[in-house]
Amino acid sequence: MSEGAAQATVPVLDGWFTTDSAAPHLIGSQCASCGTYYFPKLISGYCRNPDCDGETFESVELSRTGKVWSFTNACYKPPEPYIAADPFVPYAIAAVELEKEKMMVLGQVVEGVGIESLKAGMEMELVLETVPDATLPEGKLTWKWKPVEGAGA
Amino acid sequence: MSGEIAILGVGMHPWGKWGRNFAEYGVAAARAALKDSGVKWRDVRFISGGGTVRNGYPGYVAGATIAQALGWQGAEVNTSYAACASGSQALAAARAKILSGEVDVALVVGADTTPKGFLAPAKGERPDDPDWVRFRVGITNPTYFALYARRRMEIYGDTQDDFALVKVKNAEQGFTNPYARYRKKFTAEDVAASAMVADPLRLMDVCATSDGGAALIVSSLEYARKIGRGDAVRIAAISTVTPSFASSVIEMPDLATDSAVAVAPTQFRSALPRKAYEQAGIGPKDVSVAEVYDLSTALELDWIEDCLLCERGEAAALTRAGQTRIGGRIPVNPSGGLACFGEAVPAQALAQVCELTWQLRGEAGDRQIEGAKVGITANQGLFGHGSSVIVVR
Ligand SMILES: [Zn+2]
Repeated sequence: MSEGAAQATVPVLDGWFTTDSAAPHLIGSQCASCGTYYFPKLISGYCRNPDCDGETFESVELSRTGKVWSFTNACYKPPEPYIAADPFVPYAIAAVELEKEKMMVLGQVVEGVGIESLKAGMEMELVLETVPDATLPEGKLTWKWKPVEGAGA
Repeated sequence: MSGEIAILGVGMHPWGKWGRNFAEYGVAAARAALKDSGVKWRDVRFISGGGTVRNGYPGYVAGATIAQALGWQGAEVNTSYAACASGSQALAAARAKILSGEVDVALVVGADTTPKGFLAPAKGERPDDPDWVRFRVGITNPTYFALYARRRMEIYGDTQDDFALVKVKNAEQGFTNPYARYRKKFTAEDVAASAMVADPLRLMDVCATSDGGAALIVSSLEYARKIGRGDAVRIAAISTVTPSFASSVIEMPDLATDSAVAVAPTQFRSALPRKAYEQAGIGPKDVSVAEVYDLSTALELDWIEDCLLCERGEAAALTRAGQTRIGGRIPVNPSGGLACFGEAVPAQALAQVCELTWQLRGEAGDRQIEGAKVGITANQGLFGHGSSVIVVR
């Protein structure tokens, strides 16, 4: 971001995460009957657990830390609708297991952290970073995974 | 088994980037299968096509387009779209028609022409579409294959050299296959020298897109006996099961797995061959040859384990020991696999069955597996689609 530019405040996907940059959370939903979590939020109104008739869901903030299941990187610029900085800077991606929710969530890894710094089992936390956008010069906010300070495998 | 049908004929159009209309490949494959079967076109009473969807518009109405090109003759028609399992679903539709006694003989055909470059989603803001969403946040197809590959390295100690061995093996096996697009042998050094796409997968670890076509003529066992083909190889199982909640491995195009808070986690890939074994009434020990989905080199190793052909985590060792080569304990992808063919989505599940048919008939030439009696296929598509077919002699 160039100096003096406006700070990104608009999320890349509306309603998918809180924009409190100090401690952001992914926003999911939870079935009131069986406790199953969903990310993104369930929109059908019907629980996907085949043995559950649940139709009542609570909007919940998912755990903001978890452990790396696996990871990779993107060496080539993805096609649209991805909007990349020019020139393209490769980024790492992690699949992170959330213990409480017993689910895995994908996301980019923060800028400056490559795959050589990652390991299965490593503790990660959710943060927000700015990504380029086609219409907003200041970009948009997205969620990313960041190794927890001093985290080892 | 009472649920079996006969494979009377198989045919393919060579795969490659030919740049023609998909129907040309489908018709060539269908005519080859008809010729191989000895069945007259007018005697085929059901035409089952694998469909393809481009930019959300099912413009390629495969079953009818190919029926018209072969000459309308009043048969019933069907088109199945199930991503990479389209061919198997089309085959399952034909089997149901035959086993119900409605028809004796069916043509099953899949063909495609692929656009240049990487597959990408349609334009516009579509946050309700998981396929659009994941591209928006930078998650492409190779991401998923790379996550599975890296997981193998982290858990089982597999190496990039192990993955390269899969490419070297498949390239060698497909070298003389007249239907394969790439007929060139590669070394592990060639693989290691290719550009990194999604670490640990390099360009030569990931399969290309292709044009191509494959077709089968299938019939009831009674009909096969009637025309003197009682010895034809048979289809003993077609599994097209969906994942079971809570599916625990991240699947394209989702950004998250099911939560296993209320229900125990399950694995999708292994569910496909398990159901096929159950249907056929046989086990993995009976299998003499497998055609599995090497979308990436590392994924072949996952499939070998998911097909229960070895213990979990041992596929790399099996490959290193040469046991998955032609002549080994359990040859995998004797056709050359997607490494040599590339993807032609509605055709590839049928191409796998064509290869097994040639293998079980003893007609596979230089890539023949001696004494092959039972073959299994496996593949997986988007949105919970996948299939596994068992062919027996
Ligand atoms: Zn529920």
